[in-house]
Amino acid sequence: MKHATRRVVGLSLVSLTGLAAFVIVAMLALVLLDVVQGGASHISWKFLTESPTDGMMGGGIFPALFGTAALTLLMTVAVMPVGVLTAVYLHEYAPPDGKLARLVRVAVANLAGVPSIVFGLFGLGFFILFVGKGLDRALGYEELHWAQPGILWASLTLAVLTLPVVIVSTEEALRAVPLDHRTASLALGATQSQTLARVVLPGALPGILTGAVLAISRGAGEVAPILFTGAAYFLPDLPSSLNSQFMHLGYHTYVLATQSPDVEATRPLLYATVMVLLLLTFALNLVAVLIRTRTRRKAASGH
Amino acid sequence: MFDRQAVMQEQDLAPPVALPMLSPEARRRQLKEKLIAWVITAVAFSGIAALVLILVFVAKEALTLVTDTAAREEASFSKMFLPQMVRKGKPLAYVWQPVSNVPKVSMIPLFIGTLKTTAVSMLVAVPLGIFGALFAAEFAPRRLREILKPTIELLAGIPSVVLGFFALMVMASFLQETFGFTSRLNAVVAGLGLALAIVPVIFTVTEDALTAVPRSYREASLALGATPWETAWKVVLPAAAPGILAACVLGFGRAIGETMIVLMASGNAAITSANLGDSVRSLSATIAAEMGEVVVGSPHYALLFFIGVELFIFTFVLNMLASIWTKKVIQRLKGGAG
Repeated sequence: MKHATRRVVGLSLVSLTGLAAFVIVAMLALVLLDVVQGGASHISWKFLTESPTDGMMGGGIFPALFGTAALTLLMTVAVMPVGVLTAVYLHEYAPPDGKLARLVRVAVANLAGVPSIVFGLFGLGFFILFVGKGLDRALGYEELHWAQPGILWASLTLAVLTLPVVIVSTEEALRAVPLDHRTASLALGATQSQTLARVVLPGALPGILTGAVLAISRGAGEVAPILFTGAAYFLPDLPSSLNSQFMHLGYHTYVLATQSPDVEATRPLLYATVMVLLLLTFALNLVAVLIRTRTRRKAASGH
Repeated sequence: MFDRQAVMQEQDLAPPVALPMLSPEARRRQLKEKLIAWVITAVAFSGIAALVLILVFVAKEALTLVTDTAAREEASFSKMFLPQMVRKGKPLAYVWQPVSNVPKVSMIPLFIGTLKTTAVSMLVAVPLGIFGALFAAEFAPRRLREILKPTIELLAGIPSVVLGFFALMVMASFLQETFGFTSRLNAVVAGLGLALAIVPVIFTVTEDALTAVPRSYREASLALGATPWETAWKVVLPAAAPGILAACVLGFGRAIGETMIVLMASGNAAITSANLGDSVRSLSATIAAEMGEVVVGSPHYALLFFIGVELFIFTFVLNMLASIWTKKVIQRLKGGAG
C-alpha cells in the first residue's frame, strides 16, 4: 500500500474505534442525564421516609427502600460465609490441578451465566415448594407458613445468584496476599487454619469487602429472581418476619412503569424511584472501586 | 499439616526414623486441622450443588408435561414445536395462547421473539463492544483508558430494570417518532435496550483478551515496519480472536436470558413475523409475565418451567463454548510467546 493510503486507513480505523468508545460512554451519559433530569426535583426527605399514598400515585418509597435493605442484608449474611469459604478452598486448600477444584470453577462460571429469571423459578421450585413445604409439614403448620413467597426465600435466591461474584473477588483477593506471608507464618509453627485466620484472611479483607459490596450492588438491582419469591406490589406494613412479603425499589420501578393507570401522573414518582435505585447501586460500586484502588496502591508501595 | 507417613514413603532412600510420639494436645490440634479442611472442602461443593439443584428443581416442576396424561394431551411436544390448527378452515399456524378454552402452546413465536430482540441487540453491541475495546486496549492514551474502563463498568452496574425503564419511557417514543413504527413497543426498542446491557459484557471480555496478547507480538510487528493500526488489526486482533468470540457468545447468552428489559420494552405480544417493528414476546418475559397468574401444577405452570429448562440449557451450552474459547486463546498465546 502507498504511504498516503496507509495513513488514511489507519486514521479512519483509529477514529472509528474511538467513535465506538465514545458512543458507549454517551449512552451511559444519556441514561444518567435523563434519570437525573426527571428525578432530581422530586427527591426529598419526605419522599424517602413516607409510604406510597393514593394507590401509588403519591407519597414516598420508604417501604421499598426498607425492603431492599432488609433483603440485601439477609442475602449478604447468607452468601458471604459460603462464598469466602469456597474461594478459600479453591485457593488455599485444593491440591494444585485438583479435579474437584476444576469442577467447582466450571460450575461457578456457569452459575454466573444462568439467566436471572431461571433463579426465580429455582427459588419458587426449591425454596418455597420444596424446602418451605417440607418445613411446614415438619413443624406442623396447618396453613401456609413457610411454603409461600417471603423475604427469606427471596434473599436466599439472590444469595445463590451472587455466589459467583463473591467467590471470584475473594479468590482474586487471596491471590494478592503474598506467598511469603503464608510461608513465614507456617515456619513460625502456626497451623494452616491459624495462618488462614490470622494472616491470609486479614490480608485479603479489603478484596473480600469489595466482593461483598459488588454482590450487594448486584443483588439490590435484580428484579427477575424476586418476582415470584416474595416481592409485593403494595403492602401497608413493613415486613415483620422472615416469611412476610416485602416491597422493593426495583420491583416498585417495574410496577410504576408498566402497571400505572395514569403514566403522566406517576412519571415524577417513577423517575425519582429510579434515581434512588441508581444512586444506591452507583454508590456501592464506587465504594468497591475505591477500596480496590486503595489496596492496590498499598500493595504497590508495600513491596 | 503434612501426612508424615506419606512423606516417609516417598523418600525411599531416607533411613527409617521412628515417628516421635505426639502429645495429646498436638494430636487434638491435628484433628482440628483435619476437621477444618474437611468443612471447607464440603462448603466448596455449594457452587456445584447450586447448579445441579437449579436444573433438578426447575426440571422437576416441568415434569408433569411427561408424567401427567392431561398435561401430555394439552402440551405435547408436537403442539409445542409443530404448526397447529388454530381455527377451522384457516391454515396451520404457530400460536402461543396458553390461557383459553383450547390452549395453544406453540413455542415458536416465543423463540422468534427471543431471536429478534437478541439479533437486534447483537447487531448493535458486537461492533460497539469490539471496536470500543480495540480503542481502549490499543489506541487510547493511558490516561483516557484509565477513565474509560471504570466508566463502562459503571454501565454494567446499572440494574436491568432501570435499562428497561429507559427503553420503555424514553427510547420507545423517540424511535417511534424517528422510524414510524406502528406499535410503540417492539423488537427494535427491546433489542436496543438489551444492547445497553450486553455492550459492557462484550467490551470487558474483549478488552481482557486483547490485553492478554503479549507485548512481544506488537513489538515484533512494529519492528517489521507495520503501523500501529496494522499491528492492531492484523496481529493483535487475530491473536485474540477466540477470546473475542467468547465475548460475543457471553453477550449472546446474556441477551437470551435477560428478562426485565424485554418484559418492559417488547410489547409482549406473541406474534410470528419477520418484521422487527412488530411487538414480540420472548421466552424469559413469558415466564415473568405469566407465572403470577398460573395455577400451581397445571400444564401451563409446567410449560413455564419447561421454558426455564430451555433457557438454562441454552445459556449453559453458550457458557461452556465461551470458556473453551477463552482457554484456547490463553493456551495459544502461552505457546506462541514462549
